[in-house]
Amino acid sequence: MDNSKVPQHNISTYANNKKAIYATDENGKYGIITSSGWDVEEAATKQALQELERLAIKAYDQALSGQASPLYFHMYNRRMDLQTLAQAMGMFQWRIKRHFSPTAFDKLSAKMFARYADTLGISVQELRELPDRRANGA
Amino acid sequence: MSLMMHHYGLPLSEAMVFGLSGALMFAYLPFVKLGGMPLIAYRSRPRAIIKGLQKNLGIKMKMQTFSHPAEGTKALDSLLEQGKIVGAQTSVFWLPYFPEEMRFHFNAHNLIIYKKEGDEYLISDPVFETPVRCETQALQKARFVKGVMAPKGLLYYPVHVPETINYAVVLPKAIKKNAKAMLKTPVPIAGIRGIRYLAKAIGKLEQKDRRYAKLFLGHIVRMQEEIGTGGAGFRFIYASFLQEAGKLLENPLLGESSEMMTLVGDQWREFALMLAKAIRSKESQTTDFSTLKAKLESVADAEAAVYRKLLEGNLV
Repeated sequence: MDNSKVPQHNISTYANNKKAIYATDENGKYGIITSSGWDVEEAATKQALQELERLAIKAYDQALSGQASPLYFHMYNRRMDLQTLAQAMGMFQWRIKRHFSPTAFDKLSAKMFARYADTLGISVQELRELPDRRANGA
Repeated sequence: MSLMMHHYGLPLSEAMVFGLSGALMFAYLPFVKLGGMPLIAYRSRPRAIIKGLQKNLGIKMKMQTFSHPAEGTKALDSLLEQGKIVGAQTSVFWLPYFPEEMRFHFNAHNLIIYKKEGDEYLISDPVFETPVRCETQALQKARFVKGVMAPKGLLYYPVHVPETINYAVVLPKAIKKNAKAMLKTPVPIAGIRGIRYLAKAIGKLEQKDRRYAKLFLGHIVRMQEEIGTGGAGFRFIYASFLQEAGKLLENPLLGESSEMMTLVGDQWREFALMLAKAIRSKESQTTDFSTLKAKLESVADAEAAVYRKLLEGNLV
C-alpha cells in the first residue's frame, strides 16, 4: 500500500488514537505510517458493537419484565456471551444459564455474586440491579 | 518484540522480528468461537512466535505462566527491577488505555512492559503509536482472564541473545520454512488451504440466516484489520520484512517477492472493502456471496504464488 493511500478517516472507534500501518514511499521503500483509521474497520467494529447493544437491550427488557435475571443483561452489557462468561468464570454453561432465571439468581451466595461481579468488572450492587434506562441510553 | 531485542543488544526492526519468527500464518477454525464467531488467525499464537524466534535465531527465551495473579505481578515487578524488558500476553478488554469501542474479549494480545513507575507500568503496545501506561491492578486483571486463548499471566524475555546474526543462513531458512508452512499444510483449515476453506464458507452463507451472515463478514474484517497489526492481516509487515531481507542479502528475488506480497496485501484490503460494503447494504439488497468467495480465492492464488517463488528460489 502506498503512503498516500493510507486511510486517515479519523474514525470514532479509535477515540483519537492512531494505529501503525506499514506502507511504501514513492521509492517503494517500506515505513511505518500512523493512521487515524479506515472506515472499513470502523464499520466492522460498529457492527459488532451494535449487535451486542441489540442483545443487551433485549436482555434488559427481559430482565425488567422478570423473565430473566440482571445477570443476563450484564453479560451482554459487558460484551460477553454465554461461552465467554462461562469460560471467564471457569464454570459450565448450564450453570450460568440457570442463573439467568431471576429466582435462581436471587438465591446465589455472596461469594458467587462477588465472583460474577469481579468477572464482569462491576460492583455486586450493580450486578444485582438494572441500571436506569435513561442513563443506559437503551 | 523489537524494543525487547534492541534492549538486549540486537537491533532488529519489528518487521524483521516478525519475519524471523516465521509468524505469518492463516487459520480458519470454525470450532473455536470468539464472541460466537469462528476464530480466524493471520499470525501464529504468541507462544509459537516466541518459539520460532528461539529456533531460527538461536535466542534463548524464558517463558513463564502463573497460577496466581499476585504471583504473576510479583514476578513481573521483580524482572522490571532487574532492568529487564518483558513481553506479556493479555486480554484487550481489561486494558484501560484501549479506546472504549475497541475493547472486546480477545485474549491473545501481546505487549512489552519496559518500566514501572509508582503504581503504573510503562508499556509499548504494538497497536498504538506512543507508549502507554497501565495501573498494576488493571494489567493483572488483563493478564489473568480465563477463557479462549487465556494468557495465564504469560511473560517472556530473552536470557541469551547472540551478538550477531548470520543473516545469510538464518533468513533463507526462516523464509522458506514460513513459505512451506503456508503452502503445504496437512489440514484444510490452515495456510493457503485455510483461505480457500474460508472462501467456501463464505459461499455457503447464501443459505444461512441473513443477520448471522452479515455478522460473519464483519467478523472477518475485524480479525484482519482490527486485530492484525500493520494492515492487511500482517501481510504488509511481512512484505516490509522481505524488503529488508532482500537488502541485507542483496538478493533481488526477495525484493520482487516483497512487491508481490504488497500487492497481495492490497488485495486483502480490497476484499475487506467488499465485505464492508456487504455489511452496510440495506435489507432489500441481496448480498452476492459468490463474488466475495471468488475474490478471496483470487487472494489465495496470489498469495500462494509468492510462497512458491520464495520456496523454489535461491535466497542466498
